[in-house]
Amino acid sequence: MITIPYLTALTTYFSYGLLFAFGQFREFFRKIFDWWRGSNLQGYAPICLGLEDFYIRRLYLRVQDCFGRPICSPPDAWFDVVERLSNDNNKTLKRTTKVSRCLNLGSYNYLGFAASDEYCTPRVIESLKKYSASTCSARVDGGTTSIHMELEECVANFVGKPAAIVTGMGYVTNSAILPVLIGKGGLIISDSLNHNSIVNGARGSGATIRVFQHNTPSHLEKVLREHIAEGQPRTHRPWKKIIVIVEGIYSMEGELCQLPEIVAICKKYKVYLYLDEAHSIGAVGKSGRGVCELLGVDTADVDIMMGTFTKSFGSCGGYIAGSKELIEYLKYSCPAHLYATSISPPAAQQIISAIKVILGEDGTSRGAQKLARIRENSNFFRSELQKMGFEVLGDNDSPVMPIMIYNPAKIPAFSRECLKQNVAVVIVGFPATPLLLARARICISAAHSREDLNIALEVFSKVGDLTGIKYFPAEPQKQQVEENRVKLE
Amino acid sequence: MDTTISVLTNKLRDASDWFTWISEAPFARAVVFGVNIGGHLFVEGLLLVVILFLLSQKSYKPPKRPLTKKEIDELCEEWVPEPLIPTITDEMKSEPPVLESAAGPHTTINGKEVINFTSANYLGLLGNEKLLEACTRALEKYGVGSCGPRGFYGTIDVHLDCEARIAKFLGTPDSILYSYGLSTMFSAIPAFCKKGDVIVADEGVHWGIQNGLQLSRSTVIYFKHNDMESLRNTLEKITQENKQAKKLRRYIIVEAVYQNSGQIAPLDEIIRLKEKYKFRVLLDESNSLGVLGSSGKGLTEYYNVPVDKIDIITAAMGHALATEGGFCTGSTRVIEHQRLSSSGYVFSASLPPYLASAAVKAFDILEENPDLITKLRENINILFKGLQYIHGMEIMSDPLSPIVFLRLKKSTGSSKSDLKLLEDIADHVLKEDSVFVVTSKRSTLDKCNLPVGLRLFVSAGHSESDLEKASKSLKRVVASLLTDQS
Repeated sequence: MITIPYLTALTTYFSYGLLFAFGQFREFFRKIFDWWRGSNLQGYAPICLGLEDFYIRRLYLRVQDCFGRPICSPPDAWFDVVERLSNDNNKTLKRTTKVSRCLNLGSYNYLGFAASDEYCTPRVIESLKKYSASTCSARVDGGTTSIHMELEECVANFVGKPAAIVTGMGYVTNSAILPVLIGKGGLIISDSLNHNSIVNGARGSGATIRVFQHNTPSHLEKVLREHIAEGQPRTHRPWKKIIVIVEGIYSMEGELCQLPEIVAICKKYKVYLYLDEAHSIGAVGKSGRGVCELLGVDTADVDIMMGTFTKSFGSCGGYIAGSKELIEYLKYSCPAHLYATSISPPAAQQIISAIKVILGEDGTSRGAQKLARIRENSNFFRSELQKMGFEVLGDNDSPVMPIMIYNPAKIPAFSRECLKQNVAVVIVGFPATPLLLARARICISAAHSREDLNIALEVFSKVGDLTGIKYFPAEPQKQQVEENRVKLE
Repeated sequence: MDTTISVLTNKLRDASDWFTWISEAPFARAVVFGVNIGGHLFVEGLLLVVILFLLSQKSYKPPKRPLTKKEIDELCEEWVPEPLIPTITDEMKSEPPVLESAAGPHTTINGKEVINFTSANYLGLLGNEKLLEACTRALEKYGVGSCGPRGFYGTIDVHLDCEARIAKFLGTPDSILYSYGLSTMFSAIPAFCKKGDVIVADEGVHWGIQNGLQLSRSTVIYFKHNDMESLRNTLEKITQENKQAKKLRRYIIVEAVYQNSGQIAPLDEIIRLKEKYKFRVLLDESNSLGVLGSSGKGLTEYYNVPVDKIDIITAAMGHALATEGGFCTGSTRVIEHQRLSSSGYVFSASLPPYLASAAVKAFDILEENPDLITKLRENINILFKGLQYIHGMEIMSDPLSPIVFLRLKKSTGSSKSDLKLLEDIADHVLKEDSVFVVTSKRSTLDKCNLPVGLRLFVSAGHSESDLEKASKSLKRVVASLLTDQS
């Protein structure tokens, strides 16, 4: 749980209130101008809704330059950020030819496969020549090449399940497969902070959706007991089936899932467990096999294992791994398999090669080094940030670490000041997080060297002082304070 | 007997005495506005007391006893869930043929070269040298994945170039790239249609659109497949019935060339209706981009409709452009809105940069070689004519559609058995004549109920002999397998 200092909460609410009031004030004049100029809608209802439009115009556009910064190099440890210019108060941004070399703390390049790689890239280009960039066909039609078969086998082996099915996009994997598995009369119990693709998949399925408190097994059990006893709403018939959906690492919190406890509960109540390892597969665990390996959970206890290749593997697409029958059924009925263009063969080859490197099948120990490096880097960076007095969320070993910012004015300030000093960070605010809990999110990569991290820490410390986001006293100071107290007594 | 009667009469007398006493009580004789109210006041007072007494009583509720811990334990113990998936039958086990080379007009299956009619590689750009070169250069420069969503350093300069190129090619103000064709429609629709909005959609739209309609939670009304009369009636009915309709956002959603039937939407008529009833139009140009119109700009060019009449155009790039991903194009306002509120754009990693470079190159090639479109049109014509009088089957698709859709003249009774028969045909054609065609398989989630059929994707890369061989082979196999049909 995040506890906000009382004063911070007050100032944050005040700032948003001020933003809202001024926004409404300006909106009032805009409406007058619009009315004066005359509407050109002619009988159509406006295509954008009022409140959304207000949010974009009065809040988002002011900080637009902190998002969607274009780059013109691979998203490696260091990358080239294209500078943008605005001549109309940030309403539109124009690309310039100027480029600044920045330290990348924003991309999900956990294992450093984003840039070209000595082992992967030649193989990828080879498969591009052999299979071309696309198949222009769905998997069930003419979109299955031998590379797709190899990929599915390779993924199943890596994850530790009998079979796997691969789709061309991670988001689609969740949103197209959930409706196949469950429908009306079923119940989905989802973690309150699950990714939007899961939310959309659950909505598309027609099943009843209930939420349990983020990463709290005891609350999950309570919800489960209540709903199994109650049955379906109104008819009180027993549920057809129940699926619990959790994520391995929560991308906005950096927390590891409490998987062993949740697995035990799922077993006890005979419900199915769906684990989304988008951020954890490849990034954690001794041999990169994700949270199951890290937390010592048998993969046989997880019914449906989902993951994506965009992060650790530096490619695109997603997979579902499970029993042989499950995969057969998905291949028969999943829309992503039946209708969508199959995953691009070079992207598939990138995944196969990356897995081979991770497992050391390329004949080197580079994979093991990468895994050791990301763990060391993450734990070093996290502990250093905490020592400086930043409020850092998440668990040890997780390469994702959010730094709490809270105040809306500090959000763009932190991002812009860091960029000025050539460190690129991601900032997240409302509506991706609750209104009060805006944060900066750091993603550590195995490609970062210790010097890179030291540079980042130095910049963060300076900018942190400047923007006043070190909400905790720094560690040496803390000791001093205690010593002082002792003396006084 | 007499005594009882006398007792009764006494009692009655007593009662009437009481009554006269009450009615003669001083206030009972009161006269209000000239009306003698007699004993009313007493009776009404009594009623009031009774009402107050009843009101003060608690209404009856069955006693609420929450389930005890033991009962819940028992219920949890008793509950038997259905299996996660139904039992696997043989028909679910069918594996598609595995290609051993690129999915071009000719490909290899089981070591044998076959003519490929399953790839929507309409312009034959798959395997094009220039395209491969552009991809290789991008792969060397940017690596494979973009490792982040567009908002968080996943925007690479080629994405912006690609968006500008699409807008320039189609003559629209702006466009937005999606990382997967299927996600384009199901993200774009819910970005603009919310609860309460009205959507009129064709009943034959593909699953991506169906899913978008479901996620939007709008009121969805389907009209008969490609039937303008039905569309007109539907629009008329909505406008007539719902007086509030004017305040709601209203959309018509159609596909340019229907993936499920190969028919072409009559855009001129749709535009007329849209303007009359003031609806906005969402058009999916996935199968018409690079195919229809003299320079391949799609349905709008074919019907000579200015592109700004269509409010939102989407397309998958996994067809004629021989790459992957999708895009949406339209006015700046429509596009900018999606950059923050379209879930498939905001919450997903961006398109791998090499696929964006491939798309840019594909547009260049298309602009430089308009003869590709002419060649494709000739090829479609050859196959269409070749299959026109096939025994027991009929062509459902438009003569200009790059998807030639063959369906059974006489259904065998259920779409399941139809599909089995069609798959049999496809198997024979592949095994005996090395012609690779596929059936239109349907997911269990798909609500489209158009008849199933054989789908042949024509490419500009097919030679005349390929097309003739395909129609000859199909005719022969169909004639041998459909003997009982006439």
